[in-house]
Amino acid sequence: MEELHVVEALRRGDEASFASLVERYQTAMVRLALVYVGNQAVAEDVVQETWQGVVQGLDRFEGRCSLKTWIFRILGNCARTRAEREGRVVPFSSLWRAEAEPVEPSVDPSRFRATDPWRDHWTSFPRNWDELPEERLLSAETCAHVREAIASLSPVQQVITLRDVEGWTGPEVRDALGISEANQRVLLHRARSHVRRTLEQYLER
Amino acid sequence: MEISEELSCKELVELVTDYLEGALSAAGRARFEAHLADCRGCRHHLQQIRHTIRIVGTLTEETIPARAKEKLLHAFRNWKTGTA
Ligand SMILES: [Zn+2]
Repeated sequence: MEELHVVEALRRGDEASFASLVERYQTAMVRLALVYVGNQAVAEDVVQETWQGVVQGLDRFEGRCSLKTWIFRILGNCARTRAEREGRVVPFSSLWRAEAEPVEPSVDPSRFRATDPWRDHWTSFPRNWDELPEERLLSAETCAHVREAIASLSPVQQVITLRDVEGWTGPEVRDALGISEANQRVLLHRARSHVRRTLEQYLER
Repeated sequence: MEISEELSCKELVELVTDYLEGALSAAGRARFEAHLADCRGCRHHLQQIRHTIRIVGTLTEETIPARAKEKLLHAFRNWKTGTA
């Protein structure tokens, strides 16, 4: 309902509507484009191209999917085309395989017993973070460590930003990236595990 | 691996996201929860992941630089006049 008003306003060339759309999606769009093209300047370029496609294609938007889904679908097309033109192996394409991404175990293997009995069980229990003070868990310093951990993830693992920062659902990520839900879960799992390890090092030192 | 076999802690930690996303089969979920009921270490690990998700959720995306926004708005005007 409200969305159709936005679309109508955009068709009329209403700048405020466009500006609020840009504010809402631009950062996520650049991040997503980065997954495909691997370069900030090119990613921003792809996003600009996407906005143009959106604005000029508005007459073709029929409201059968949400405006957000529609925008990110156009972004995906633009980003894939650009990545191919630049000779990159496009993530999530038929040439790309989740298994080919570097894999770290979710937890350092040395944390588990190597011998029976109790092989593969904890050598010492992980700490109970419920006992940590909330001010420490959510401190600015903790957040800085988390940001750094996310920044160090591979481009495809930036799925964590869409899911856990932006609050997208699994199906939304699946549609925007054109990957299976299982694959986006694998990427999310690796990303969350990496961030947890970083937090553990920081919180328990 | 047999379905009846118990999960090890090392295996459980790899299933946490599938568990939280509701992607395990009914049998897989039962196995996961049976292990959890008996293992404080894995309960703590799962809780650590929940805290991780919560902390990540408090981050906000940096807002877009004013200059970039201005550039897009400028382009917007041209796109509209270009198609008008
Ligand atoms: Zn366990």
